[in-house]
Amino acid sequence: MHDMSVHAGQHHAPPTSFIRKHVFSLDHKVIGKQYYALALVAAFIGMFLSWLMRIHLAWNNAAIPGLQLLSKTGAPGGVMTPEYYLQLMTMHGTIMVFFVLTTAPFAAFGNYFLPIQVGAEDMPFPRFNMMSFWVTFTAFLVLMSSFFLGDGPTLGGWTQYAPLNAVGSVAGPGQGLGVVLWMASIALFCVGQLLGSLNFITTTLDLRVKGLSLMRLPLSAWAWFITSCMGLTAFAVLMPACILAILDHVAGTSFFVASNLVINDQIQPHSGGSTLLWQHLFWFFGHPEVYIAIVPGMGIVSHVLLANMRKQMLSQRTLIYSMGALALLSYMVYGHHMFVSGMNPYSSLAFSFPTLVITIPSTIVVLIWTFSLYGSRLRINSASLFALGFISMFVSGGVSGFFLAQPSIDIMLHATYFVVGHFHLVMGVAAMFGIFAGTYFWFPKMTGRMMNETLGKAHFWLSFVGAYCIFMPFHYLGMAGNVRRYASFVDDYLQPLIPVHRFITVAALCTGAAQLIFLYNLIHSRFRGEAAADNPWEATSLEWSTATPPPFDNFGGKHPVVYHDPYQYGVQSSVGDYVMQASPEQVKSDNEEK
Amino acid sequence: MSQADLTIGHPTGQTLGPAFAIPTKKLAMWLFIIADTMTFAACLVAYGFLRNGTPDWPRPFHSITNVAIMTFILLTSSLTMLIGLRSARAGDKAAAFRWTMITAALGIVFAFLHIREWMGLIDEGMTMFKNPWGTGLFGASFFSITGLHLTHVTGGVIALLVVGVRYKGGRYNADDIEVLGLYWHFVDLVWMFVVPLVYLLNLTH
Repeated sequence: MHDMSVHAGQHHAPPTSFIRKHVFSLDHKVIGKQYYALALVAAFIGMFLSWLMRIHLAWNNAAIPGLQLLSKTGAPGGVMTPEYYLQLMTMHGTIMVFFVLTTAPFAAFGNYFLPIQVGAEDMPFPRFNMMSFWVTFTAFLVLMSSFFLGDGPTLGGWTQYAPLNAVGSVAGPGQGLGVVLWMASIALFCVGQLLGSLNFITTTLDLRVKGLSLMRLPLSAWAWFITSCMGLTAFAVLMPACILAILDHVAGTSFFVASNLVINDQIQPHSGGSTLLWQHLFWFFGHPEVYIAIVPGMGIVSHVLLANMRKQMLSQRTLIYSMGALALLSYMVYGHHMFVSGMNPYSSLAFSFPTLVITIPSTIVVLIWTFSLYGSRLRINSASLFALGFISMFVSGGVSGFFLAQPSIDIMLHATYFVVGHFHLVMGVAAMFGIFAGTYFWFPKMTGRMMNETLGKAHFWLSFVGAYCIFMPFHYLGMAGNVRRYASFVDDYLQPLIPVHRFITVAALCTGAAQLIFLYNLIHSRFRGEAAADNPWEATSLEWSTATPPPFDNFGGKHPVVYHDPYQYGVQSSVGDYVMQASPEQVKSDNEEK
Repeated sequence: MSQADLTIGHPTGQTLGPAFAIPTKKLAMWLFIIADTMTFAACLVAYGFLRNGTPDWPRPFHSITNVAIMTFILLTSSLTMLIGLRSARAGDKAAAFRWTMITAALGIVFAFLHIREWMGLIDEGMTMFKNPWGTGLFGASFFSITGLHLTHVTGGVIALLVVGVRYKGGRYNADDIEVLGLYWHFVDLVWMFVVPLVYLLNLTH
């Protein structure tokens, strides 16, 4: 029985045709790269949309040349209508949360490196894995296709609140077919991520090589494992919610529409449903989703920092337990998104408490990082800089979470830019920095070439300073009462804030442009970069003990045996100050966990 | 303390099997069941949420005869599934195939009775959005929840036929029957939640 499960990943032989090799590939490494490419394209589209929105917010009546080509009705003469602003905002949020922050750190890096880090040849269900990517890709196409509808994509925001998501085109442009496409796309996305999570969990539990106990897994593998446990349960709730919303559109049901609703002076034919029900179903998924986006980043950052600190974490075990606690608690706090929804105030109290509790494991994680960094001779490179940047962003964005966790304060701040600043820093930029750290760190292994360090560092400093310039002022805007989700700020009391908006817009344009350095570095290094050694960072985990890039079956027909904890840095061995997991060498070490 | 804990910090490379010594296919089925439980739970919670919040919720069912028969059939099919697995474990291929097919047949009878019940309700004027007795939400949630369950039964019947035939042909073994059995029992278990919540709660006083 053991042999069967250990070798379950060897079902398929190396492909020979171009299509089976690069398009419909069963190889987890190719699928990982496909996910990365999808996330990259999505990230640039999402960023471009945010540029358009920022320009419109800062210079309200300015025509953006060429915008009318994107949508004749949405931007007549290049000037954005309020509805079109909301449509772009919705697409920006949806693309970023689902197709960037979920796919890149979790699906892309996880697919590529989880099987290698456990010493397996592939995932146990390669066909499911291939389906997972292609279903996700189809979901992306379905979402993008709504740009080409006559009235454009949906304008309901990435949360698609009821009843606007259920009443049809009477609620505004894009609320008819646009919403149906959105719901279909996200339901498909759920299917893709469920298949992925299934593979990740079985890989972690069943395919580990000899000697690799759970506690010997690298922190990145732990993070993907924990994330897939969340993915398995969270996406399974969003999927039926999306299907019910589709039924409200096409089958005449009223799950999410209350009786006697009047929209645009028309009484709606629906009756009997509940608008709050959608929020409950959505946020039961939505809050774990936040951690699905950030926990892989925590794992990647720990992994990258360890290789550059050249010493062990203060307590690897506590870090793992904290990530697990975050995952568990993430299901109990979802109501903090609904403090202003009209939910029973006692429920707010019940959701506020675990929300404050969840700051404890978050704080433990940050403290372990900082105290581990203390006294280490950190190797400064693009990867470790972005890892430090992750910690900085996570703390800066997390601190405002303490405020928002309390219903009495949240009621004031909920509909303002304070919340926008909070979640962009803590889950948007932080998770992006995790993706960048992973990219600079693993690029040599994935492609066999090094990325350019000078460009990488320039990319880091511009992004780091730029991100703060964009998102810190959001907090001040919020406290000054600047409402969010508005297409323009024409009221008297908002006029003095317009210069702040202009500053943010300029910062966003510059920071966005700095990402082109990354794109150039990525493409140029892929073809012209310096050749990479098998273990350029002198790191210890299994991905570094195989060839660069890894062969089709990852370890060239051999099965590595693991002899050590994942991060044996700061020891004396025959190769230097580290010993690899797969090396049988016995070393003296003072800092192995007891 | 588990074996895994003991090996920490001892760089001797001790051999470890899979964490819980559970075959991969079986683990995958359990994971699927966890995810599917969340899906059904979401639907049933949504149903309870709507039912509690709606004053004119109808109670149109007069008799439990039909649903009792359906429940009996589904429960029996779990038993036949178990007998099939026991035969497969004992190496009696013919009996295992026969019991698997009987399970599939019971599933088909269940689906037939279910669709007949649906047709009866549709004849009485119930649709996804209206019915003669009260809020239209009743039809919406009834058809959605029982429809989701019926989809699972249909999928299960197809899987039983495919796995049964391939087991007979030698491509699948007793382990595959066991994994499929997990699914079938799960579909049965879900029905045990659907019956009280969707049928018994909506019986006419």
